[in-house]
Amino acid sequence: MRVTVKLFARLRDIAGTAELLREVDAGTTVRGLWQQLATEYPEIASYERSISTAVNADYARRDQVLADGDEVAFLPPVSGG
Amino acid sequence: MGVPLLAIGVEPLALDTLIAAVTDRGDATGSDGAVATFLGLVRNHNVGRVVQHLEYEAYEPLALRAFERIDQEIQARWPDVRLALHHRIGRIEIGGASVAIATASPHRGHAFSACRYAIERIKQIAPIWKREFFDGGDVWIEGATADPDDAAALAEAERIACV
Repeated sequence: MRVTVKLFARLRDIAGTAELLREVDAGTTVRGLWQQLATEYPEIASYERSISTAVNADYARRDQVLADGDEVAFLPPVSGG
Repeated sequence: MGVPLLAIGVEPLALDTLIAAVTDRGDATGSDGAVATFLGLVRNHNVGRVVQHLEYEAYEPLALRAFERIDQEIQARWPDVRLALHHRIGRIEIGGASVAIATASPHRGHAFSACRYAIERIKQIAPIWKREFFDGGDVWIEGATADPDDAAALAEAERIACV
């Protein structure tokens, strides 16, 4: 199945794009998708403990199982205000 | 219909429109006794760097959800408060406003506390990032890990807001 990955701020700079399409196996979790990306872009691995995640524009836990067509966002530490 | 209570976008911010949005409740009861406001500005220095300007980016749909969540948290703590919260994104020059908040209440204490609570929670959980352009380079500013259920962060926001 296919999911859309959205990256922001420094994660977007590292990947060189704000959006990626990735094929994942059924049963893949948010965490599994992150690990897949961290293999692809080793520089993002240091964000392992500081990112938060969202699925379909709502906050999500890393053990959430993905569905076909999901939009998964990885959020580095925020600095609004 | 007028100004939305919660918004994020590239347009410059205007506190008077937020004040109007929180005080015009449509029922004309005249029950408000106070409006507190906050305007966050882009300043010309940060940790020893001379700042030229900032660029803000956001995950806009989740940012709006974060604002709704903050509004709900405020309703739970101060049921008589009405909140308006606008965040600007894109390039903002020194002195420009990046965030505007207005809170109306029958009581000034509630208005002040809710306003302070709102800006603390924005900084904790809203998916918004600032990129600082300074003399000599640029850097993404990275603050809090955005976890709306983090009990320690919630407690800290409540402490600062004197709940």
